[in-house]
Amino acid sequence: MTSIWPQLEPLLAKVQKPARYIGCEDGAIQPNWHPASVSWLLTYPDTYEIGLPNQGLQILYDILNSRSDSVAERSYAPWLDLEAEMRAAGVSLFSVDTHRGAGDFDVIGFNLSAELNYTNLLNLIDLAGVPVRTAARRPHHPLIAVGGHCTYNPEPVADFVDFVVLGDGEEIAGEITEVIGEWKRSGRESRDEVHLALAKLDGVYVPSLYDITYDGPALVAVTPNRPGVPERVEKRTISDLADWPHPRRQLVPLTEVVHDRLNVEVFRGCTRGCRFCQAGMITRPVRERPADQVRTMVLEGLRRTGYDEIALTSLSSADFSGIESVVQGIVDDPTNCGQVSVSLPSLRVDAFGVGIAAQIQKARRTGLTFAPEAGTWRMRQVINKLIREEDLYQAVDAAYSQGWRRMKLYFLTGLPTETDEDTLGIAELARNVVQLGKAHHKNPSVTVSVGGFVPKPHTPFQWFGQNTAVELQRKINILRDATRRERGVDLKWHDPKATLAEGLASRGDRRLGDVIEDVWRRGGTFQEWSECFRLDRWEEAMAAHGLDIEWYVYRHRSEDEVLPWGHISAGLHQDFLWQEWRDALAEVGLPDCRWTPCYDCGACTGYSIEHVVASAVPPGGGSQGTGQDLATAGAVSVTLLRRREEVGAP
Amino acid sequence: MRVRVRFTKLGRVRFVSHRDVARVWERAIRRAELPIAYSEGFSPRPKVHFGLALSVGHTSDAEYLDLDLRDPVELTTLPQRLTPCLPVGIDVTAAAEVATSDTSLQAAVDVVTWRFLVDGDPTSVGRAAEEMMARPSIPTVINRKGNDQQADLRPALRSITVEAAAEGTAQLTVNLATRPKSFRPAEVLTAFDPPLGERRVHRIEQWIIDDDGALQPPLAARLDTVGPPEPCLRAG
Repeated sequence: MTSIWPQLEPLLAKVQKPARYIGCEDGAIQPNWHPASVSWLLTYPDTYEIGLPNQGLQILYDILNSRSDSVAERSYAPWLDLEAEMRAAGVSLFSVDTHRGAGDFDVIGFNLSAELNYTNLLNLIDLAGVPVRTAARRPHHPLIAVGGHCTYNPEPVADFVDFVVLGDGEEIAGEITEVIGEWKRSGRESRDEVHLALAKLDGVYVPSLYDITYDGPALVAVTPNRPGVPERVEKRTISDLADWPHPRRQLVPLTEVVHDRLNVEVFRGCTRGCRFCQAGMITRPVRERPADQVRTMVLEGLRRTGYDEIALTSLSSADFSGIESVVQGIVDDPTNCGQVSVSLPSLRVDAFGVGIAAQIQKARRTGLTFAPEAGTWRMRQVINKLIREEDLYQAVDAAYSQGWRRMKLYFLTGLPTETDEDTLGIAELARNVVQLGKAHHKNPSVTVSVGGFVPKPHTPFQWFGQNTAVELQRKINILRDATRRERGVDLKWHDPKATLAEGLASRGDRRLGDVIEDVWRRGGTFQEWSECFRLDRWEEAMAAHGLDIEWYVYRHRSEDEVLPWGHISAGLHQDFLWQEWRDALAEVGLPDCRWTPCYDCGACTGYSIEHVVASAVPPGGGSQGTGQDLATAGAVSVTLLRRREEVGAP
Repeated sequence: MRVRVRFTKLGRVRFVSHRDVARVWERAIRRAELPIAYSEGFSPRPKVHFGLALSVGHTSDAEYLDLDLRDPVELTTLPQRLTPCLPVGIDVTAAAEVATSDTSLQAAVDVVTWRFLVDGDPTSVGRAAEEMMARPSIPTVINRKGNDQQADLRPALRSITVEAAAEGTAQLTVNLATRPKSFRPAEVLTAFDPPLGERRVHRIEQWIIDDDGALQPPLAARLDTVGPPEPCLRAG
């Protein structure tokens, strides 16, 4: 139960960026371990730079360390150089807070935000000194838990984890702590015992308590193998963000990380209804943080951390009720000396969005990013990203006229019903954007980023057969040919081979576990990193286990097919998703339900909560999928953010 | 008003790079609410001027930086004001006003006192040091910006003292001039015959040679607000 720092320290002299492994961040906690307390090692299965900013883990770190019955520390994947040194020296995975070996913890909880991190999950379990397969673990081994967006289809990692946490972790982290605490007090005799107790919690899925039936390649059923285990596990949803102002002490790293700024979550959930977007589907309903609390968290956070940049985070921050006054309040606050810049990670594609950007980015107007996602209006109706070309051009024109020079546009290719005309529409939009820029600047430039579309569980596109890697490459090639001679257009794309591997893990069933283990054993870690990714490892592992890529990735699914995640619920009605899929194929868009009648997707009604928004007036400007002329900012009937006492206690 | 501060870099933060230390300082200055001056122009930056870089993994009792302030601040309490805003291991130990016309820190420092902990028997290391000091020149190949070049280490070596340390190790105190050519600690250790294996590298002090040829620390001693720390090799 001691620090492994003396063994680690000499290794740090030999590796790149050793500051990633020392902890010492402002906001870091050196918890007081008590034998009875439940110890969590909160782990991000990618590098420190990617993992440290993860807000989910930081929220849990704060909550678990404020409880009297639990402690939490953090861990990240050591880069290849340190991992080799650690394995050679016999040093296990460790926490960066007190440099304790991972094997000392009761629970190792992983955030799974990207499917290509699954092999890192196995690698870190192994580095922790724990058998990678759940079935081989003994009572003294830590429990392996996973949470995060990927766990809405937990089956590919089902054989490696003890339990899966679905949805918002704020409340359930405490409930799990109590169950594990009880198991420890009772002598920690069998893992089965704690598995059964955990499975009784709403929002916890214990894969070993379910049997899977196949018929050839087809999945037939997922059935509980014990009494008292639910047939379907529902996600957890907190009703009021105001009750959870976490993380209260955001970690400030000593070395540069992604999103290196103060992050304040302004709302959770999204109802824009983009059909490709898993995050927007599984995090419903919309729950806004009260504007006053946002202001307090921002001002206190800036003072404490010394950051000069703040991000108001959510899936669509410009939709936050009263965003303008919140932003103005931050920019005008006298204690900030006017040096603070605010960023909205997801800028809306319209003049309103640019207006806010202009308000907050007084200095450093270099680049602005928009995500039209598809090249033609037809295609955008299919995916329900209802941005008109006028919206984009107005936004871009406003941005150029207010001093921005570089535009970045995000697109997806390989979308359902996509034709070459749609693909080439991307080049057309880019060309027009550059043309608009010429009125304002000499050499305007636009970067076009194209990602291959991966259908995700619990979205209307979960039935869609993903484009082959060859087809995606062909589409990228025609785009490359179309933009090659366009001055000012810079095309970037994501490797279609990595898109294929992501597709395998995204909609795979439990049999994919063998493939993930195989890829890991062949040295395939850090698959999110192009320098480490190799498709042949995945193809060989699929073949070795008699699994067919065509079946798992490229095939369209039918309505009656049993999906591997059918026993997991994000609250969405299957018939809502299917209707959305049919509407997509019919090119019918669906306006945002925050300011229009309910479509009965199931998220609100199922959990007896509603969208919590502070204003009945949709944010002004642009059409933006509301189906209304928001230029007039007309009031519509919505449920308002209720006073605290009116909100039912969870 | 230009203020020069001295600070330590000890313990785990020795693994933080020079560039990252600069970012840590920018945040600390804002947290301490110092009236820092900003550069003009498109992308205003706080006016902080850093001294000689310290390599990742090395510790120091005597790092320096200069701050340009818009308004005067109380210097006696400045260390106590800044230290809580900095990570453990970075402690501000002195502060004093310097003239804005003074040469920049990087250009001003003439000599650095280093302490090296190395593997080896103190007697034989001591003999090797004496031999080195007796040589008229020490041709050394150093790499700068990816290019190998020939350089003479001898003029930079002002003195070497060797003492016994823990079993099987020796402690060297080396005064290394930054002119005519500046050498890195590792380059001094590999110039030994046989080359010395580095265990710890610690910067004790930096010096400016005054008009009388005497060594003066970059902060005049009389303005020190906190006593100079005991030079030591603190463990991580």
